[in-house]
Amino acid sequence: MDVRDTPEQAELRRTARQLVRELGPRTVADLDDAKRARRLAEAVRGAGWLELRHDGGDGGPLAGGVEASIIAEAQGEAVADLSFAGPVLAADLARRAGVAPIDGAVAAFSPDLVDVAVGSGAATATPIHAVDCDAQGASTAYVLLAEGDGYRLARAQVDGARSGADLTRAVRTIPAGAPLLPVPGQSRLLTRADLDSWTTLGLALTSADLVGLMRGVLELTVAYARERRQYGVPIGSFQAVQHLLAEAHCLMEGAFSAALYPAWAVDELGPDEARSAGRVAKAYCARAARTVCETAVQVHGGMGNTWDCIVHVYLRRALLSSRWFGDDAEHLRQLQRTRLGATHGLS
Amino acid sequence: MDFRDSPAEAEFRARLRAWLAENNPGLPVSSTDDEYWARQAEWHTALYDAGFFGLSWPSRFGGHDLPPVFDVILDEEIAAAGAPPRPSLGYLVQGIATHGSDAVQERFLPGLISGRDRWCQGFSEPDAGSDLASLRTTATPDGDGYVIHGHKIWTSYSDVADWCFLLARTDPTVPKHRGLSAFAVPMRQPGIEQRPLRMINGITTEFGQVLFDGARVAAGNMIGEPGEGWRIAMTIVGHEREPGEIGYVARYTKAVRELEEALRADPEAFQNDQREGVAWAYVQAEMLRLHVCRRLSERLDGQGHGPGGSIDKLLMTWVEQSVGSAALAVGGSRAVTDADDVALKIYLYSRAQSVMGGTSQIQKNIVATRILGLPTA
Repeated sequence: MDVRDTPEQAELRRTARQLVRELGPRTVADLDDAKRARRLAEAVRGAGWLELRHDGGDGGPLAGGVEASIIAEAQGEAVADLSFAGPVLAADLARRAGVAPIDGAVAAFSPDLVDVAVGSGAATATPIHAVDCDAQGASTAYVLLAEGDGYRLARAQVDGARSGADLTRAVRTIPAGAPLLPVPGQSRLLTRADLDSWTTLGLALTSADLVGLMRGVLELTVAYARERRQYGVPIGSFQAVQHLLAEAHCLMEGAFSAALYPAWAVDELGPDEARSAGRVAKAYCARAARTVCETAVQVHGGMGNTWDCIVHVYLRRALLSSRWFGDDAEHLRQLQRTRLGATHGLS
Repeated sequence: MDFRDSPAEAEFRARLRAWLAENNPGLPVSSTDDEYWARQAEWHTALYDAGFFGLSWPSRFGGHDLPPVFDVILDEEIAAAGAPPRPSLGYLVQGIATHGSDAVQERFLPGLISGRDRWCQGFSEPDAGSDLASLRTTATPDGDGYVIHGHKIWTSYSDVADWCFLLARTDPTVPKHRGLSAFAVPMRQPGIEQRPLRMINGITTEFGQVLFDGARVAAGNMIGEPGEGWRIAMTIVGHEREPGEIGYVARYTKAVRELEEALRADPEAFQNDQREGVAWAYVQAEMLRLHVCRRLSERLDGQGHGPGGSIDKLLMTWVEQSVGSAALAVGGSRAVTDADDVALKIYLYSRAQSVMGGTSQIQKNIVATRILGLPTA
């Protein structure tokens, strides 16, 4: 057992943080700078990070869940406004189904954003969501169709931009009745185990994103507490403020430790054990990130409650990353179900 | 990054698991029953004799020279077997190993590690809690040794201890942090009075007060140099704050498993909030287990102990108190109608975690100023 980064992982972590921080938004106004956003998207694409979970030639992914999580954490840390987890997860699903990934595709989710959307027949039955899709143009979202014991990939067209809570990633709603189009060339049906494992990757990436958000928002909040003066001294010298920030820092450290395990487990453990690791991480990270981002708003005082202060960009992104693949309430319920057995009042 | 056992780790785990299956003494939950402490020394000796204690410590003192991550395996298997946690004395070992001369190490470490000698820690005083450096116990040179006067409190297991790791003032003329020295004081001598303290949950064999009135200690029993006491104390409390050092992951994992068993045994008897409390305690205990995996892995590249121990202490405290709250919730009305209820005792004991080894407020001060770099007032 040695859970340190390998030298290659450490290098990837350094590179990713540096690149994404350099091109990510520093201010709320930066979110409107389309040229910067395009440069960021091009740099991430150029680094090959969107292809980490493509088929490496033997059916397995080019890179592990750990590497994908390292990039996801860097994206969160810099509130990077580009599609990352969406296309990476879609490519991972396509790889498991043995089809070449469609460029820019994402997966579609059930209305509660917890599970991949499962359709039937020729059109979507309920509204579904495409998460973390390209904010600029239309793209494709994968939907599953049940077939025997397994699932076949289909797709729906995503269009109609609409902003959600998160100002950095697009979520689009595909209305009920949207046509489901075939995805040709699927060499094998997706099994339940495939989907469980894929879900673990989703839990690992959303947990890593939350860890990055905590790291990023704390860094700028600590800097603010050193600078902002009241009563003639920096507010960071007051114990009341120090203790809020110290608690937040500890939550971030614990969340980081918890999130490493599913990132590794997705490729190394059986689907049940890996998904349980994902649930633990997501439950912890979702609760921690909520507290840490709310602390950041609080320490920024009145400014923290204005649109122009960037901390709400972190909080808003945390709301989506928490909900996507299920939040703490969802995973505490599921952990009860799997660890305590089915009991009344639990689905 | 690899969470899997290496071949050597897997072999160790299998051997340990087989041994635990035959040798679990099945003591009551730690710190809820006086019987636990009465028999804990036997457990220490049994673990040590079987080669499962002091894994990362030097073999010349009875350890096994193994990488620190073996302690993760030890804690996981102890919890899985429902056995008592390993004795929490790593911080004293680290204090002596870091600061003691070769002679002091050779004299004291083997007995401490094997459990042949039992130790207590004489740091806190009635007027020196968080402000430990203001302590007033004195060790005054006298002939070939020192004479001790003072009052120590919150001294765990002092009544059964052979030795006290004592922090005392040897130089009252210098600033408070610089006038302290550390000693190994023999406890079985005149001039030492023991006063047990009954804890919040009723147990009497854990806490004590020790009054020193003319007890003697030889000069050769000084640990480190004269005036080095504060640095030694910081080494010790730094390690005392690390769950990987004191093996508490096993305590929490075991407690959560027992709560889960209670819920599984009678599913109709519990409400959703009780189940959710246990699920959250499970999540917290898992987080801490993984955090310890990370910390003990970091030690492989010599990353030492710094203020990061305060982060770990706060995380550990939140875990212990989540487990305590979950136990109380699961205990339900029984926990408030039966003073001997174990859930009540677990809950009440858990409140001490945010005080012992430095209060949560002190830990937050350390994190804020020494890790986050916030200015002091």
